[in-house]
Amino acid sequence: MAGIGGADTTGKKWGWGVLNAVVVIYALFPVLWILSLSFKSSKTLADGNFIPREWSLENYQNIFSTSEFTRALINSIGIAIIATAIAVVFGTMAAYAIARLDFPGKNLLVGVSLLIAMFPQVSLVSPLFEIERSMGLFDTWPGLILPYITFALPLAIYTLSAFFREIPWELEKAAKMDGATPGQAFRRVIAPLAAPGVFTTAILVFIFCWNDFLFAISLTSTESSRTVPVALSFFTGSSQFEDPAGSIAAAAVVITIPIILFVLFFQRRIVAGLTSGAVKG
Amino acid sequence: MAEIVLDKVTKRYPDDALAVQEVNLEIADGEFIILVGPSGCGKSTTLNMIAGLEDITEGELRIGGQRVNEKAPKDRDIAMVFQSYALYPHMTVKENMAFPLRLAKVDNATVERKVREAAEILDLMQHLERKPSNLSGGQRQRVAMGRAIVRSPKAFLMDEPLSNLDAKLRVQMRTSVSRLQKQLGTTTVYVTHDQTEAMTLGDRVVVMRGGVVQQIGAPQFLYDHPANLFVAGFIGSPSMNFVPASLENGSLRSVLGDVTLTDRVRQLVEGADAPREVIMGIRPEHFEDAALVDAAALSSGGKFTSQVDVLESMGSDKYAYFNLTGEQAASAELQELAADAGSDDVPGDGISLVTRLSSASGAAEGASADIWFDADKVQLFDPSSGRNLTYTER
Repeated sequence: MAGIGGADTTGKKWGWGVLNAVVVIYALFPVLWILSLSFKSSKTLADGNFIPREWSLENYQNIFSTSEFTRALINSIGIAIIATAIAVVFGTMAAYAIARLDFPGKNLLVGVSLLIAMFPQVSLVSPLFEIERSMGLFDTWPGLILPYITFALPLAIYTLSAFFREIPWELEKAAKMDGATPGQAFRRVIAPLAAPGVFTTAILVFIFCWNDFLFAISLTSTESSRTVPVALSFFTGSSQFEDPAGSIAAAAVVITIPIILFVLFFQRRIVAGLTSGAVKG
Repeated sequence: MAEIVLDKVTKRYPDDALAVQEVNLEIADGEFIILVGPSGCGKSTTLNMIAGLEDITEGELRIGGQRVNEKAPKDRDIAMVFQSYALYPHMTVKENMAFPLRLAKVDNATVERKVREAAEILDLMQHLERKPSNLSGGQRQRVAMGRAIVRSPKAFLMDEPLSNLDAKLRVQMRTSVSRLQKQLGTTTVYVTHDQTEAMTLGDRVVVMRGGVVQQIGAPQFLYDHPANLFVAGFIGSPSMNFVPASLENGSLRSVLGDVTLTDRVRQLVEGADAPREVIMGIRPEHFEDAALVDAAALSSGGKFTSQVDVLESMGSDKYAYFNLTGEQAASAELQELAADAGSDDVPGDGISLVTRLSSASGAAEGASADIWFDADKVQLFDPSSGRNLTYTER
């Protein structure tokens, strides 16, 4: 029986292994294809080979040779980081209040923030366009940062309040007894413990800002605040006969790198079970 | 170091639930006082009010002669040890203990010295660089104590600090808590639901029930002179036996037979204006195997014969359990005690009796035994109010 059982589990492992491989290939194949395209020279671009016959860095040199892409990259990084920082700071404070305090209108606040998160962004584009134009925010960094914060905050509040609820309240009482003001208790005890939640939220918000196309294309008009996803769509060949696919592929690869770095950097800080040992056993 | 005074301190929640009702308590400087009672009796709420973690609805709290009702916990200069220890998991043992000093902006050298001193007292020197998650329950408990003692506060508040430890460690820590308190001489308020801790640790014990203080006194005094049924049943392990009885012409009639009241008891009962129907309370150690009692005592005490239900030999003593036919003593207090002990749903008819006999007793399980009890140690209670009719200050 044991032998049969063993064979059974080996079979199962193989089955799962194959299934996993299929899913991974399905998910990663387009990424690999883009990577392959980005290394092809303009002559071999459309030959349909997966492994480039002629390796070249031509596409990368092209995109970095003009300010169109580099400027967009700077805009993207700047806008995403600023929006993430602000959203996370405010989100942390709001989530803490929601998790800890009972105040009138709490449910309303949570409901409204949920409503904002669910609101179809496209329906806000034209009013935002009008508002930003009349306020002089159109085609500026704050013009993108503000709507990003608005849409990222509900996400941040939800993720973070779940983390705050996990932190034993007694730690805060202990901090108070040890002589901490509410501010000190938050900064020195609660916030460090919520760090995994803060980093998780930061990653999610950053990715949201980084990937946004809709607001970026509607609320910008020049290089001064155009972000990478939009700049990509404006890529053209140097003449109308040239195919920009190579440059687009190279740029697509370049803009995935910050996301990967960001995730890898913060992932190390997301230590599971950071609160273990605080209370009981 | 300071005395703590609770002057008619009351806690009422917004939903009008009364958690603590007019508690009057004067805790002397350096005193070790225990708040004890079943869960929900208001002892933790009282402690939290002293700490400043809960607002006082009415009354006044003074620490060192100063009214502190409105002061934040950090301005009261008192330290607290929590049931769950509440150690900061992201800090090492050293940082945990140094935290209150850092907040108080003490200079580095002093912090270092004080943490070292506390760690030496608590035997934590080799664990200073470890995180709480890598410590055992007992070590965590000691770190929590360490965090409380480093800044030499005016008072320690302890909220069931030992209840998460296993039985053996609890006994060990109990002695070290007691020793530590004597050594430091700091006023301590200690909350527990364990009457053994209450008996062994405190200078004085405050027994609470339903937010009301039942009695305050030294452990031995509470044991010998409980003010009412609740205190009598709560203090002591195994607890006091309660048997319904009636008073008739100076003698007491119950399933334990008729017994003539001693002069001392009769005077007390007469002075207390006792009803006819009472509840008789006798502690297990006031019973004895009749064969081992001398003739003079035998004639003055009560005597009954019954079959031993269960016999537990502890070596030094024998605990004999009896099950007598008759109505159980009924009162609200006894019901609450039974509910707290979890024995209210144990099925059983009749009156169960626990007696502690000398190890020389020949009592055997299943066999009939002659049991004597000391009539002078009998305590009588009013079934309706729970008042001890034989209460005396001496």
